[in-house]
Amino acid sequence: MEHRVTTTIPADLPLQEPVQAERIRRRARSVRTRDAEDRGILGIADRRRTGVRTGSTVINVLLGAALVVTGLLPLLWLAKSAITPTQDTLMMPLRLFPNGVAWSNLERAWNDVHIQNFFWNTIVMAAGSWAVQMVVATTAGYALAVLRPAYGRVLTGLVLATLFVPAVVLLVPLYLTVLHPPLIGHSLINTFWAVWLPAGASAFNVLLVMRFFESLPREVFEAARTDGAGTFRLFWSVVLPMSKPILGVVSIFAINAAWADFLWPNLVLTDIAIQPLSVRLPQIQSSTDLGVYLASLTIATVIPVAIFLVFQRTFLSGAGLGGAVKG
Amino acid sequence: MTTAASRTPRRTPLTWVRRGGLSTLVFLLPMLIVFGVFSWTPIVESVVMSFQHTNLVTTPEFVGWANFAAVLADPTFWIAVRNTAYFAVLALIFGYPLPLIAAVLLSETRRMRGVYSVLAYLPVIILPVVAVLLWKVFYDASPNGVFNTILGWFGIPPQPWIQDATTAMPSLVLQATWAGAGATVIIYLAALRSVPPELYDAAEVDGASIWQKVWHVTLPQLRGILFITLILQITATAQVFLQPFLFTGGGPNNATTTILLLIYQYAFQNSLGGAYGKATALSLMLAVFLAVLSIVYFRITRRWSTE
Repeated sequence: MEHRVTTTIPADLPLQEPVQAERIRRRARSVRTRDAEDRGILGIADRRRTGVRTGSTVINVLLGAALVVTGLLPLLWLAKSAITPTQDTLMMPLRLFPNGVAWSNLERAWNDVHIQNFFWNTIVMAAGSWAVQMVVATTAGYALAVLRPAYGRVLTGLVLATLFVPAVVLLVPLYLTVLHPPLIGHSLINTFWAVWLPAGASAFNVLLVMRFFESLPREVFEAARTDGAGTFRLFWSVVLPMSKPILGVVSIFAINAAWADFLWPNLVLTDIAIQPLSVRLPQIQSSTDLGVYLASLTIATVIPVAIFLVFQRTFLSGAGLGGAVKG
Repeated sequence: MTTAASRTPRRTPLTWVRRGGLSTLVFLLPMLIVFGVFSWTPIVESVVMSFQHTNLVTTPEFVGWANFAAVLADPTFWIAVRNTAYFAVLALIFGYPLPLIAAVLLSETRRMRGVYSVLAYLPVIILPVVAVLLWKVFYDASPNGVFNTILGWFGIPPQPWIQDATTAMPSLVLQATWAGAGATVIIYLAALRSVPPELYDAAEVDGASIWQKVWHVTLPQLRGILFITLILQITATAQVFLQPFLFTGGGPNNATTTILLLIYQYAFQNSLGGAYGKATALSLMLAVFLAVLSIVYFRITRRWSTE
């Protein structure tokens, strides 16, 4: 379950500012020279001193080595072991293919474990959670920040209040709700809705989108209204197109949270047919040959790592932004 | 007089619809349904259930503070409190200074910054569950385990890692630190980039050394974000679940049973049927504790910040 303990969002913090600041900074980067912009703790004078220069080179090399050992090597080991015979991994885990390569591990992860099914379930789970979160956050943000009904403040307060409740408080009653949902009459357990719908109740998303909508120029809304745009047109053709940056941020948070979640899906998706990777992989560890098991873990890792490497800029600025927003 | 009265039209359902009251409500509907059913109601239910005896068969009956008393009387509860505190303290010692040091060093490397950030963030990208399962293989206690083989290179005897009550918790914290540090590094990196360069220029004019610049410019500039990551880390470690659940299941001999794991066990791994009352009582106690802690923390740090 996603940690909702982001204890404070200072009420007066204009949340859209990091987005704009980043855009301005990026523009500035292309104009100004790197040196002028990159000034950190070490200044030009510091970097000219030979002691500092060798010192910083040594630290850079050590830092790089540490990052390779901690960040890269575990994943390379996983990839290597995915195509190593089980006995070799058990007896000499750090030797490089002492007895040849076992491509069959990957084959069996695909054909016997059916890892692709669980991959697909993960995608469906994340996509649905994303869609529900987007619908709830944008419609609620629009109603509360643009349409502003008289009772809006009360609702905003109620949403804000849930931000201070740790997710664990919801665990049991939410489980019972999903077991016996109101009105529908049958349990949501073992349906994706059990994950999608609770994911939508993210106060963080609603407040983030609300803040952004509040910062949009109201004159544009008035102009659109004068031109005859109704409430729905205003939402779909004016507000949403103006809000792409914040929708991107919410999307990253939403997909990331859904992808990483374990506790809740593990509880409500007990049917193997719809389990995502995070739920299925722990269950196969005891019953699967180690080589095949590691091949399964590798397949589950390769695709997100590839996506990350392609879109690293977006990911890293998004992650930094997360900090800026939370701060 | 009469014009003023007629200008303020009477509020009827029809004028409400015409003014867009209905369409506003339509836009609010997804939120009202989702928050109503999956957030607001469960929060209230959680409080109600903690004072009830619920077994899903008979009608719940109110039992007063009995659930809370039962939790406090459970010896496992006190073990879980101690374990969770132990985890949090170890995570602070291992995990709190590390991302800061890494981020400061990283922000000073110029050419390699991009590559280094990617390397630091890699453990965050992989599925948290996969990260734990991979480390579970690393922690193989046999002399041929991955980590034990590496220790063997340095003449260190094989360690039991997660199979022994004394080494289990530090092993869990080590993995959690590995999995989480990258995200914090990136947050600090973003914060470091927003430190105005003029401050460093000014410090240099005053003849500040590199350490003095770190101490008197960098750290004070990061103070706000450091305060926040500290309380976020404490509240997150107080709710640690993934590592104890997947690595050890709370063992060996309850050495890694955390509060969240205990809540889970009360509710869902109980052979006598879910002790939902006890589970909600304990989760409320945890929530109240964390709320009080956060409030006190922000009171104190606000005083420091405005000094």
